[in-house]
Amino acid sequence: MPQIFHHSTNALAKTTIFGAIFILVAALWVAAEISRSSWNTGQWVEIQQPVQFSHKHHTGDDGIDCRYCHTSVETAASAGIPSTSVCMNCHKQIWADSPYLQPVRASFSTGKPLEWTRVHDLPDYVYFNHSIHVNKGVGCSTCHGRVDQMPVVYQASSLQMEWCLGCHRAPEKFVRPQDKIFDMEWRQENKTTAEIKDGKSLVNTNHIQPAKVLTSCSTCHR
Amino acid sequence: MQDQPKAKPFRSSSFFKDGLSSRQPVEGTIARGWLREDKELYTGKKTTTSPSAAAPLTSAIAPTGPTATTPNANASPSQVAAAYPDDVEKFPFPITEEILNRGQERFQIYCSVCHGMTGQGDGMIVRRGFRKPPSYHEQRLREAPVGHFFDVVSNGWGAMPSYASQVPVRDRWAIIGYIRALQLSQAGAQPATQTSGDRK
Ligand code: HEC
Ligand code: HEC
Ligand code: HEC
Ligand code: HEC
Ligand code: HEC
Ligand code: HEC
Repeated sequence: MPQIFHHSTNALAKTTIFGAIFILVAALWVAAEISRSSWNTGQWVEIQQPVQFSHKHHTGDDGIDCRYCHTSVETAASAGIPSTSVCMNCHKQIWADSPYLQPVRASFSTGKPLEWTRVHDLPDYVYFNHSIHVNKGVGCSTCHGRVDQMPVVYQASSLQMEWCLGCHRAPEKFVRPQDKIFDMEWRQENKTTAEIKDGKSLVNTNHIQPAKVLTSCSTCHR
Repeated sequence: MQDQPKAKPFRSSSFFKDGLSSRQPVEGTIARGWLREDKELYTGKKTTTSPSAAAPLTSAIAPTGPTATTPNANASPSQVAAAYPDDVEKFPFPITEEILNRGQERFQIYCSVCHGMTGQGDGMIVRRGFRKPPSYHEQRLREAPVGHFFDVVSNGWGAMPSYASQVPVRDRWAIIGYIRALQLSQAGAQPATQTSGDRK
């Protein structure tokens, strides 16, 4: 009886078995990369807003403090988005006729709030709170990047669980002195051993809770 | 799970006609702990309308300094107080170093953009074309009672907007304490004013 399969098919069979494992691993890797990619997380994507509001102009060039507009960032879970009347503090007088500010003036005269598009949006099953981070030494730029250089705000971090945990496991790599929280130029991460040593002492003085507590599921999923 | 139909800050709602998820309280509602009984603290206006004895302006922020030798102690003539008859002349609570530091921080967030770091009225927004505010170091404002400052911050004054929605009451007083310290630091070379200036 003649052989149905040629000798070379042996090799083919072996490669397919090996290849199947390889392809599976590769597929998993690709899936993981896709889930971490900005296509999935929305990182780096500049979101257009109803008003061309520029953080670069207002905070970088004019030096307005974050808290002037995001008033509740030190006291509440939400940082707060300024109401139209806060914009009008200044824009009643300067750039008062600018066409770019037409929606702001319309909102001010009708009382209908501006509808900004969210840039950062955690799923609703996650609990996040600004005040605890800001009061325990995590600066805005560590999570939001150089907002003072952004004409249009984008998400500078992935906001995935992995990212939160990376810091909650080792906060000493990120914390900074309390008077540098709003300093956009301060380093976003402690890298050298001396910096990490400073970080460790801040973790102690700020009484930051141990990683066991900070990585417990119910800290963020409550 | 990702988007639950619950009200979170700043989220719009299709449930209410105006599209806002947070409701406006009924007019006259007072939240717990917000009963504003202390008129001097919350309005900067005197409880009684009869003018009380003019207290030295500096006493509250330089309690240990020899107030009699500071220029401001003498500079509280009745004619300045008369321009602001209802405004309190004393801080409603003692201005400690801690409160001055808080005041400095809050001043630099909310006021320095227009009034400048030292209160000269040369802030960044003014340089970009906003109307120039008066310097805090002019005679009239050095003599004005603290209640007048509180009134300006809470209700606005001419071209200056109200900061009531952005700055809570105690922080407003802390800012005013810091403005007083700024005024003293620029007022001259008296030893008492020097110490007050250093306290920031
Ligand atoms: C003049 C007012 C103003 C100041 C000052 C300001 N912001 Fe904003 N910020 C806004 C407004 C309005 C928005 C919403 C529109 C947008 O996203 O651009 C916003 C949005 C943001 C967002 C994105 C929010 C979202 O939708 O997820 C971040 C992050 C942010 N600001 C951080 C900062 C930081 C950090 C500073 C200080 C360096 C700062 N802002 C100073 C007005 C201000
Ligand atoms: C403390 C004062 C201040 C506040 C508050 C403020 N702005 Fe501005 N804004 C400025 C200044 C100053 C400029 C000019 C920027 C520059 O060229 O440096 C400006 C410029 C702008 C421009 C560009 C106008 C043009 O014609 O180029 C827009 C749009 C704008 N602001 C929107 C807003 C919005 C929306 C808010 C409220 C969230 C706001 N601003 C709050 C001071 C302010
Ligand atoms: C630990 C990281 C972290 C730090 C530090 C941080 N933020 Fe955020 N911020 C976030 C996350 C996460 C969100 C999205 C929250 C959500 O979707 O509920 C957010 C959202 C915001 C928003 C949108 C409004 C809101 O509250 O949802 C603003 C504005 C903002 N941040 C400003 C700031 C400013 C200003 C600072 C510095 C004082 C700051 N943030 C510090 C992580 C951070
Ligand atoms: C750069 C560092 C850093 C990042 C990133 C970070 N956190 Fe935190 N987080 C902290 C620190 C520090 C504390 C303070 C811990 C304490 O209470 O002592 C904290 C506290 C918290 C708390 C309060 C814990 C408690 O016991 O009440 C919550 C909730 C929280 N973080 C959620 C998050 C979430 C959700 C994210 C991701 C979106 C996140 N954090 C990202 C550093 C970080
Ligand atoms: C520091 C805060 C934090 C802690 C602690 C935490 N999570 Fe999460 N978790 C998050 C955030 C933020 C997300 C949303 C991630 C996203 O949107 O990609 C999330 C998402 C999830 C998801 C959904 C994943 C998905 O891709 O849809 C599950 C399941 C989950 N967490 C389980 C857990 C469990 C189990 C624990 C305890 C071992 C835990 N989490 C602890 C912050 C946290
Ligand atoms: C947007 C710019 C701006 C900001 C921010 C600002 N001011 Fe003013 N302020 C002005 C202008 C303009 C005037 C002059 C008003 C006039 O005479 O029409 C003024 C006047 C004043 C006066 C003098 C009133 C008088 O009797 O002449 C005081 C006091 C004052 N501001 C305090 C403050 C304090 C305290 C803050 C911070 C909470 C502050 N201002 C923030 C613009 C500003």
